[in-house]
Amino acid sequence: MEYGFTTAAYVVAAVLFILSLGGLSGQESAKRAVWYGMVGMALAVFATLIGPGSGLWVLSVLLIAGGGLIGYMLASKVEMTQMPELVAGMHALVGLAAVFVGLNAHIELGRVLLMDDSAKKTLEGFAALLAKKDGVEIGILRVELFLGVFIGAVTFTGSVVAYGKLSGKITSAATKLPGGHLLNIAAAVISIVTLFWYMGSGGFFPLFIMTLAALFIGYHLIMGIGGADMPVVVSMLNSYSGWAAAAIGFSLGNDLLIVVGALVGSSGAILSYIMCKAMNRSFVSVILGGFGGASGPAMEVEGEQIAIDADGVAAALEEADSVVIIPGYGMAVAQAQQNVAELTRRLRAKGKNVRFAIHPVAGRLPGHMNVLLAEAKVPYDIVLEMEEINDDFPETDVAIVIGSNDIVNPAAQEDPNSPIAGMPVLECWKAKQVFVSKRGQGTGYSGIENPLFYKENTRMFYGDAKASLDSLLTMIS
Amino acid sequence: MKLGTPKETFAGEARVAMTPDSARQLQKLGYDCAIESGAGAAAGFSDALYADAGVEVIDGAADLWKAVDIVAKVREPDEAELTYLEAGKTLISFFNPAGNEAGMEAAKTAGANVIAMEMVPRISRAQKMDALSSMANIAGYRAVIEAGNNFGRFFTGQVTAAGKVPPAKVLVVGAGVAGLAAIGTSTSLGAITYAFDVRPEVAEQVESMGAEFVYLDFDEEQQDGAATGGYASVQSEEFRNAQLAKFREIAPEIDIVITTALIPNRPAPKLWLEDMVQAMKPGSVIIDLAAERGGNAEGTVKDEKIVTDNGVTIVGYTDFPSRMATQSSNLYATNIRHMMTDLTPEKDGTVNHNMEDDVIRGATVTHEGEITFPPPPPKVAAIAAKPKEVVPELTPEEKRAQEVAEFKAQTKQQVTLLAVGAALLLGVGLIAPASFMQHFIVFVLSIFIGFQVIWNVSHSLHTPLMAVTNAISSIIILGALMQIGSGSWLVILLGALSVFMAGINIFGGFLVTRRMLAMFQKS
Repeated sequence: MEYGFTTAAYVVAAVLFILSLGGLSGQESAKRAVWYGMVGMALAVFATLIGPGSGLWVLSVLLIAGGGLIGYMLASKVEMTQMPELVAGMHALVGLAAVFVGLNAHIELGRVLLMDDSAKKTLEGFAALLAKKDGVEIGILRVELFLGVFIGAVTFTGSVVAYGKLSGKITSAATKLPGGHLLNIAAAVISIVTLFWYMGSGGFFPLFIMTLAALFIGYHLIMGIGGADMPVVVSMLNSYSGWAAAAIGFSLGNDLLIVVGALVGSSGAILSYIMCKAMNRSFVSVILGGFGGASGPAMEVEGEQIAIDADGVAAALEEADSVVIIPGYGMAVAQAQQNVAELTRRLRAKGKNVRFAIHPVAGRLPGHMNVLLAEAKVPYDIVLEMEEINDDFPETDVAIVIGSNDIVNPAAQEDPNSPIAGMPVLECWKAKQVFVSKRGQGTGYSGIENPLFYKENTRMFYGDAKASLDSLLTMIS
Repeated sequence: MKLGTPKETFAGEARVAMTPDSARQLQKLGYDCAIESGAGAAAGFSDALYADAGVEVIDGAADLWKAVDIVAKVREPDEAELTYLEAGKTLISFFNPAGNEAGMEAAKTAGANVIAMEMVPRISRAQKMDALSSMANIAGYRAVIEAGNNFGRFFTGQVTAAGKVPPAKVLVVGAGVAGLAAIGTSTSLGAITYAFDVRPEVAEQVESMGAEFVYLDFDEEQQDGAATGGYASVQSEEFRNAQLAKFREIAPEIDIVITTALIPNRPAPKLWLEDMVQAMKPGSVIIDLAAERGGNAEGTVKDEKIVTDNGVTIVGYTDFPSRMATQSSNLYATNIRHMMTDLTPEKDGTVNHNMEDDVIRGATVTHEGEITFPPPPPKVAAIAAKPKEVVPELTPEEKRAQEVAEFKAQTKQQVTLLAVGAALLLGVGLIAPASFMQHFIVFVLSIFIGFQVIWNVSHSLHTPLMAVTNAISSIIILGALMQIGSGSWLVILLGALSVFMAGINIFGGFLVTRRMLAMFQKS
């Protein structure tokens, strides 16, 4: 039986998915675009249920409904600061599903190959598809499902570790087992060997060994990457989950899976590229963990950190005409976005020009800061990207740095020996005055000294970001 | 050790290098202090005041020099004073080392250590002992007061019952410490103040003091003063001409000109020429703070005030700080005291002449029988760490050439990529069966569409993008749905789990995306 209707529905769904991603080019069109995605998904699932997936459809509907209920509860309860964990956790689900589907394909293949011709004719659904394949096609099928299982397994453990790190359940420092990347290489070699073994024998055992190796790679690779590189990791896992879906799509001969997998895979790849570019580091160096070795001693930092209290900050803000706020991960940790938004509202009410400068890698997820500020009802048209605002700092009266460090580090431009030399940074030190809200003296995650804190126009506003802003808000009405 | 200050021998010099206040501070460092009788009289500090502060008052310069180990004074030592130098003694004063070869030789032969206050490096740490700056500050202030004294009108504009008074227009040439002090004083008196400097980067400082920076119509790359430790250096001929043309243009409107342009170790540049003096209105005043080195204005006579034929007063005094002796002595003595603090890290009243220290090394001109001038460049760079990179302006032709080259490079890159990609595809096509190739084409085209679409996604929507791609990557549910109807119980179990997980993801992903997007609001 040919499923003409199903194929037609897949085409429509694929177009809707593309429109859904394309619509994210602007805030307003994005609100429409998400509906395209939902309709596309509903259509695809419906078409499959009445077509090739009609076996046990009652069970399927029940399971989808059950999963949907959990998904609905998750989505409505999650805090915006927890978005990174949520995204990582959902990647894990996709990865695990890909592993299961890949294993299923293997089991079905084994079952179908054992049948005689007359039995094959009675098959339907996926098994019927398998039955039609000849020798070469079965070989290719095995490679495809092998790849699908491999990528899915890496995505699964990688995402679980990323989830643990982002939610603070695992230490966010980069840790490696003794042996370091040699272990990863060994696991990768094992996977390649088992691929050839599996091609030859078609047995379950090599597939199983490879799954274990891939699970290990995912775990160990992400354990070795530190907290501040998480934006790259999460977008990389996003990409992997897409490629896993595409590989499964090949093995099932399902074009919609291939299309969507490729879309998601390229989207994640582009995000990873943008994040790496924003840190002036190569993708490989991020994945292998740690910074590249410095080529010489770092520049000496002259001067001292001068502290200021809320009174002083309030006075400076009263006098300022233009204010730029630079939020970072520290703001998310301290849950200070509502206070920042309140400060912004009050300052704007006084006719001051308040804007936000967002570095591409601020936070733990691409675009994390934008979502947090949007949650706190900061209008998105005053939230600007690095390129849009960097030239405006010399005309800015006050720049407030809240919980960010490396992304405002002038050493990236001034000190060729700095580990972050050449990384594009927000040039907030060009503002007339800079206030840095920070928990205490210290160098932050990367361990790089920040000369910004020692500049003559910089004042340190020590304390928890939320508490500091609370005391500041009492002075600005 | 004992630290003493003699009376200044230079005619008309009223300053003194030690005040009762600074003596108290020096005693806290462990030093005994001595002063020559009458040394502070001209600056308003009587011997009795010194005695009250615990300072020993000694009659006669010779006795004082003999009694002390460290001599602090203001002006460079004269010949008689140089003969008092001997091994083990330290002299701290202005010394003019670049123009005082004989003095350095004498100190070297005597074996005395000499610290020249004008050689203190211009770094943040040494600002507290930068006597040139503290004296220049006073000179700048005093220059405006002196100008007002010789100027027959108000500085500020007024409309009175007796008629309207226009505000005075003041031009300050050279926006160093003295220039900025003059600008501040002049604007606070109400004058309309203009300022010029060869270093365009000081424009901001000038404007922050309330003056208007005079820009030249001059395109050539202007040098950055930060490279020379914050001092100006010699200008090109074209630049000079542009500058003079500008001055010539504004000279008739200017009532008061204060020139402070000095280039280290060179005669002062002539900036206010005869014809500009002639162009000024009668009653105008020129204060030439560079008179000591020949003056910036033509017609300046050192240490004198003259009036030109057209009634312009030119003041060429060189002793502005000395004219405010109490104030300048206080500041100078504080500079000396800070220098002693750095020389006495242990606060035990003994000098630790640490030649490793950038500031002390820089200021020392003779040490233990050797001339140590000029000093090596300080390890810490001055004010700005490095010159700004100046991107040369491209001509239209160069720009076009660059664009063409860029376009060619891009084309080349794209063609190479396409060729490699096509070759790979063909290679795959040779071995793979047709059924695979059908899917493969779909795959490649989808990646292509993905790249085109995702590049347009706004940066601020990256988190929603991740959530929505997450939701749609649950399309893997289709695979599970197709398998769940299989005969094997294991397949059914795994398929059921996959459907369940994908179900969570679909709803969770789309709903959280919608929630996020609903938050983005325009102001």
